[in-house]
Amino acid sequence: MSEIRVERLRKEFGSVVALDDVDFAFPEGMVTCLLGPSGCGKTTLMRIVAGLERPTRGEVRVAGFAVNDLRNRDVPRLRRRIGIVFQDFRLLEDRTAEENVALALEATGMRADQIPARVLKVLSQVGLSTKSRSYPRELSGGEQQRVAIARALANDPPLLLADEPTGNLDEKATRAVVQLLRDINASGTSVVMATHDAALVRESSFRTLEMKQGRLVSDSARGAGEDLA
Amino acid sequence: MRPVIRECMLGFTRAPLLSTLSISTIAFSLFTLGLFGLVAVNLRHALTALENRVEIVAYLLRGTPIEAAMIAAEDVTAFPEVARVTYVPADSALARAQAEMSEFREAFRDLQVNPLPASLEVALHPGQRDPETVAAVAERLRGIGVVEDVRFGEEWVAGLARLRRIAGLVGGVIGLAFAGVALVIIATTIRMALLQRSREIAILRLVGATDGFIRAPYLLEGALKGLLGGVLALLLTWAAFALVRGGAPEVVVAPIFLPPVIIAAGIAAGTLLGFLASLVSVGRHLRPMGVR
Repeated sequence: MSEIRVERLRKEFGSVVALDDVDFAFPEGMVTCLLGPSGCGKTTLMRIVAGLERPTRGEVRVAGFAVNDLRNRDVPRLRRRIGIVFQDFRLLEDRTAEENVALALEATGMRADQIPARVLKVLSQVGLSTKSRSYPRELSGGEQQRVAIARALANDPPLLLADEPTGNLDEKATRAVVQLLRDINASGTSVVMATHDAALVRESSFRTLEMKQGRLVSDSARGAGEDLA
Repeated sequence: MRPVIRECMLGFTRAPLLSTLSISTIAFSLFTLGLFGLVAVNLRHALTALENRVEIVAYLLRGTPIEAAMIAAEDVTAFPEVARVTYVPADSALARAQAEMSEFREAFRDLQVNPLPASLEVALHPGQRDPETVAAVAERLRGIGVVEDVRFGEEWVAGLARLRRIAGLVGGVIGLAFAGVALVIIATTIRMALLQRSREIAILRLVGATDGFIRAPYLLEGALKGLLGGVLALLLTWAAFALVRGGAPEVVVAPIFLPPVIIAAGIAAGTLLGFLASLVSVGRHLRPMGVR
């Protein structure tokens, strides 16, 4: 069964075509990379999958939801099934690491007495249990990204979307984050990572979909560099 | 503490300067409205006091027996517009004239005959003192057999009615303008405070918070700011009133403060404006798809 299925997806911003006839399926339980240069449509695709943007045409099914036909009241339900991580971390600067993670749990209605244990568990999972009381400004870029990942995992989503999660990190922090995504996947969460870093993708051996100018051009699962265009 | 209340309080503690500025701006907007209200209420109070002095005097024929005068007084009291009828005998009229017109005291003392007639002083109910009603009652008084003449200061009554109409119209227009300006300022203030927290709202949406969960603390915060601004405006208005009352001469009547119902309405309006401004501002951040 596929966690994400996209059929004949098209997205236009005015006269600009960001995605054109994109067709693919991400199976459950895998790490999949979306590879391509800036402006090729990776982020737009991730935003549509996350329910942050409506497609112009086509069908998108994510975790059992038809995103192209999503009712407003179902948007929060979809987002609870997806963890989302961005290049710029998107942490609240005036809250500690544990408060940032706890916010995701409060937002989804977890009982107050259950929140501290869950926060500690996910911060331990990303290796930050000793820095739970630190504010983002007191953490390195890699650590901030791990807090963002912990927040994305807080509600135990079956799918994690990471849009250029290593874009702001040095090489060492990049390797740590990629290893963390690999560990998260090993514990049962499907992961989709968008990146422009071809070397990172080559090293990782993840399934890779390559995009150019709004179209999918190759899928490593179909054989190295097989042309889909 | 429930997340809604805690997040609302955090809004104050994490941005104390912005919160103070918001409350002060709301307070000064409502204070301006309060000052206008104070002027309008006192103008109305003064006009009402002047209206209370509207009286019709029916002068009786000389030699009218007191029994006939009393019967006429009873008849007039039965008019629906009439609140009170006072019979003033000729002797009392002369004594009053002597007391009130001291410059003619000598002339009054030398009189062999009392020139003043007995009269009926007719006071009307509130709401029945407009020129048309007063003239109609005067006309009916003229029809009573023992009445020789009727006076009620036609020009003065008409002038007072005109003044009340102008005051009502100008007050309404200016009041609406003040209220509109206050509304815009309060809405802008709350919106600016919320803009600062648009990132927080976007993150809450990303993690799957419902619109209700996101809205609640901001609505509470907006209402609380409106309430505090309203209370502060009330204190400022009271201080201004106390200052003016201490220094200004009494015109017609002693100045009065805003009545409790207007105070309650003002504070409730501040709270409601804060709530509504937050509702509109948060709504702009809650489009289902479009998180940046």
